[in-house]
Amino acid sequence: MSEIPGDLKFLKSHEWARVEDDGLVRVGISEHAQGLLGDLVYVELPEVGAHIDAGDGCAVVESVKAASDVYSPVSGEVVAVNETLNDAPETINEDAFGEGWIFQVKIDNKAELDDMLDPAAYAQMLEDEAH
Amino acid sequence: MTDKTVLNEAHRALGARMVDFGGWDMPLNYGSQIEEHHAVRRDAGMFDVSHMTVVDLKGERVREFLRHLLANNVDKLKKPGKALYTCMLNERGGVIDDLIVYFLAEDFFRVVVNAATREKDLKWITEQAKAFEVTVSERPEFAMIAVQGPTAREKALSVMDAATAEAAAALGKFAAAQGADLFVARTGYTGEDGFEIIVPAEQAAALWQKLLDAGVAPCGLGARDTLRLEAGMNLYGQDMDGDVTPWEANLGWTIAMDEGRDFIGRAALEKQKADGVPRRMVGVVMDDKGVLRHGQTVTTANGEGEILSGAFSPTLGKAIGFARIPAGEPGDVRVQIRNREFALRIVKYPFVRDGEPQPGI
Repeated sequence: MSEIPGDLKFLKSHEWARVEDDGLVRVGISEHAQGLLGDLVYVELPEVGAHIDAGDGCAVVESVKAASDVYSPVSGEVVAVNETLNDAPETINEDAFGEGWIFQVKIDNKAELDDMLDPAAYAQMLEDEAH
Repeated sequence: MTDKTVLNEAHRALGARMVDFGGWDMPLNYGSQIEEHHAVRRDAGMFDVSHMTVVDLKGERVREFLRHLLANNVDKLKKPGKALYTCMLNERGGVIDDLIVYFLAEDFFRVVVNAATREKDLKWITEQAKAFEVTVSERPEFAMIAVQGPTAREKALSVMDAATAEAAAALGKFAAAQGADLFVARTGYTGEDGFEIIVPAEQAAALWQKLLDAGVAPCGLGARDTLRLEAGMNLYGQDMDGDVTPWEANLGWTIAMDEGRDFIGRAALEKQKADGVPRRMVGVVMDDKGVLRHGQTVTTANGEGEILSGAFSPTLGKAIGFARIPAGEPGDVRVQIRNREFALRIVKYPFVRDGEPQPGI
């Protein structure tokens, strides 16, 4: 298992969120999730400018194996999407926690992040699932 | 209870991601399904297909029995070693299974059937065989490895004993030879040249290792599925089943309507042909981004159909599939994916042959 960056928060459904210096939140799927999905071949991105609610399925990642919804961990306005994924969805396989981010949200309510798992709790959840 | 092939430990040692497939614990991939797919198209890959079922049929009247049991005609098999792809039908003309039958001697034929249909196939074949005094023996003591790709034959021959290699090298397409230990058939499920090798279970791990050392890439069921779809080959359970006739699964070419041969399902097929076949199976390509999946709804001028097999084609870089649609000129064909509609193109398949995308795909 690769190292989980310490500045991330997680949903049980394997999305991560990173609060950035400018107060925006970047969202992606975890290294573990990309491994489960296998080679990604298509990513359906949300619309820039759309308002999304926490828990909404707002993107879809499709691998050779299956299509999987990506749920937003937070509510707010989508301010950017990772256009690289249109032509290179495998970027998520290669760097799930970095270059493979999916969208960026201007968050409505920072308190929503408190409901998410910290890296240790997420790692523990993966550990429990494996047994 | 999950069954394991004798190569299970070899898969795990290679870091395979394992998955349950029809009750068998099988490798889905060993890392990247797409790389495994390309290995078979460009070089050589191998698959553990030991979960498939080898059944030997013996008796004086075995050929007569198979004329009755199978929709294709075993009389096309004139030389020992020759193989035939065929459907086995129920009385309604529906497909019980698709299989390969090998002619080994006048009193000895071998069939290889799907893993997921094993029990019902054995039951059906045994029942039908009684009247012909043919013995039906499953051969679980064999494992099976498929070696496929443009360099597959050369690499596989390099690991065989001299006599077996000589016999295997001389094989024409769709023919098999029995060596000292190995039964080698020049068949496959990828659209590439290669062999399917039936090997005594206790020798399977050593053969697998030799093939690895010869540079054959281990490939999982994921790549097997995209390879066979690109090659235009049906998958039982997804593209046809007991409620689908060969006409409706684009398998008409495997039905031999020869004069006077009374095979199981023939009457139902003739009636359906006379009444008009209500549905047909077509190859489809989606030029928009996205992935075709089993069960997606397809709309045509004549009503709705559905995607049967559907996948992202690694060779073409877009989605391909089979669809079953109402008979007649379909007009504009569209597929619904998550509340959106996309145009589909109906194409003649195979989508890929001998490593190359086919014209018009």
